Amino acid sequence: MQPLLVATRKGLFVLRGAGTDWTIAAHHFPGEPVTSVLADARDGAWYAALRMGHFGVKLRRSADQGQTWQEIAAPAFPLKPTEGPWADDPTPWSVDLIWSLASGGPDQPGALWAGCIPAGLFRSNDAGASWTLNTALWEQPGRRDWFGGGYDHAGIHSIVVDPRDARHVTVAVSCGGVWQTHDGGEHWALTAEGMKADYLPVENAEDGNTQDPHCLVQCAAHPDVLWVQHHCGIYRSDNGGQRWTGIDAPVPSGFGFAVACDPQNPKRAWFVPAQADACRIPVDGRMVVTRTDDGGASFRVFSSGLPQTHAYHLVYRHGLAVADDGQTLAMASTTGGLWLSADGGEHWQGVSNDLPPVAMLRFA
Amino acid sequence: MVHVEFAPSLRRHVDCAPQQVAPGTLREVLETALRAAPELAHYVFDDQRAVRKHVAVFVNRQMVQDRVTLNQGLVAGDKVLVVQALSGG
Repeated sequence: MQPLLVATRKGLFVLRGAGTDWTIAAHHFPGEPVTSVLADARDGAWYAALRMGHFGVKLRRSADQGQTWQEIAAPAFPLKPTEGPWADDPTPWSVDLIWSLASGGPDQPGALWAGCIPAGLFRSNDAGASWTLNTALWEQPGRRDWFGGGYDHAGIHSIVVDPRDARHVTVAVSCGGVWQTHDGGEHWALTAEGMKADYLPVENAEDGNTQDPHCLVQCAAHPDVLWVQHHCGIYRSDNGGQRWTGIDAPVPSGFGFAVACDPQNPKRAWFVPAQADACRIPVDGRMVVTRTDDGGASFRVFSSGLPQTHAYHLVYRHGLAVADDGQTLAMASTTGGLWLSADGGEHWQGVSNDLPPVAMLRFA
Repeated sequence: MVHVEFAPSLRRHVDCAPQQVAPGTLREVLETALRAAPELAHYVFDDQRAVRKHVAVFVNRQMVQDRVTLNQGLVAGDKVLVVQALSGG
C-alpha cells in the first residue's frame, strides 16, 4: 500500500501499512510546522513545506522516501514595486505559508505548482530549484478584493492539474473564488458561477471573486467533475467548473472544510461535517463522515470507529485523503486524531489520538 | 573590521562561521557577511529583504528596531549578532 504522509504542527510523519493496520514508521523535521506535502508520482520525489516559526517558509525534497532530505528553494515574492498600480498593495509580498503543492503534467518533467498565503501562485520548472510568481493571477485587478478566511490574507489551498492537458490548471482561493487557466498560467478566468456567499452583503452574495471554497478536488477519471466544500455548503460541477450546483446540506451539517472524491466514480465524494461557521466542532460532539454515491442527491452518514461522545475534532481542508484504490481513506484532526478506513469510509480504525495538529495528509 | 556572528539556532540550519567584514551600513555589513553562506539569507530576511519578524539583530548588545532600511552606520570594532527572537508556539 502507498505510504501515508501526515503533515503536522510538529513535523512530518510517515505511516506504512494496509487496510486499517497502519503504524508510524518515521518522523521528520521534529518540532517544525509542516504545512503541505507532495508525493510526485512522476519521479517518486517527496516535498515537504515547512513554516519555521522564526525563519520563515522552507521547502525540502527527498528522492529516497524520506531517508535523506535536501533543502531547495522556497517560493518567494519579487520585490514589491515602489510605483505603479501595486505600490500601495496592502498585502505583504512575502510568503507566510505554503498551503498547496501540485505536480505538473507527465509531459512537464520537473514542473511544480505552489499555492501560498498570501495568495501567490508559484511555478517551478526544475523540481523546486527555482520558483517564479505567476504574475498573471497575482496582478489581475480582482485580487484587491480577495480577503483572508481565518488567516490574515487570502491564500491558494487547492491546485488541480487536468490529467488530459496539464496547461489547464484550476486553483481555489480562500477567499477569492475559483480560477482556471488553459494556457499554463498566462491567462486566468474566474469560474465560480453558481456559488453563493452568505457572509457577504446580499447584493454581493454571488460575486465569484469573493467566494470561499474551502477545498476543491477533481475526479481523476472524469476531470470535468469537480467538488467543493465551500464555507456556505457543498458544490459540484460536471462541466469543469463553468457552472456550480449547490448540494442540499446533508445531515448532520453542510459546513466543513475537507472533501475527497473517488478517483474513478464521479458520483462519489466524502465530507467531514462540523456544526457551523460559528461553532467548529462535530455536531453534538459526535464525529462522522458523510458520503454521497449519487452526485450529492443523497448522503450516508458513517460513524463506526469514530468517537461518538464529547469529540471535538476538527478536520482541516487537507485532512481527508483517499488512496488510488478508492477504498482506503485517511482522516486526521486538529486535535491529533488519525483514522483509516479500508471500506470507502464506512468503518474507521483509530491509529493515533496523540499527534500534533494535522494540517494535511496524502497517500504517497 | 566589523565582527558578524550568527547564533547556533541559525547555524544549525545553515552553518556560517563568524565573519569579519568592512565597515558600512548594517545592511551592507549583513549582506557582505551572508555571502559566506548565501542559503542563510532567507532565514534572516523575508522576501522583501527585511529582517524577519522573529529574528533579532543586535549591534554591540543593542537590539536594532529597524527591520527594513538597516541604514545604521557601523565602524571598525562593532559587533553584530543575529539571533532568533523569543516567540511561542
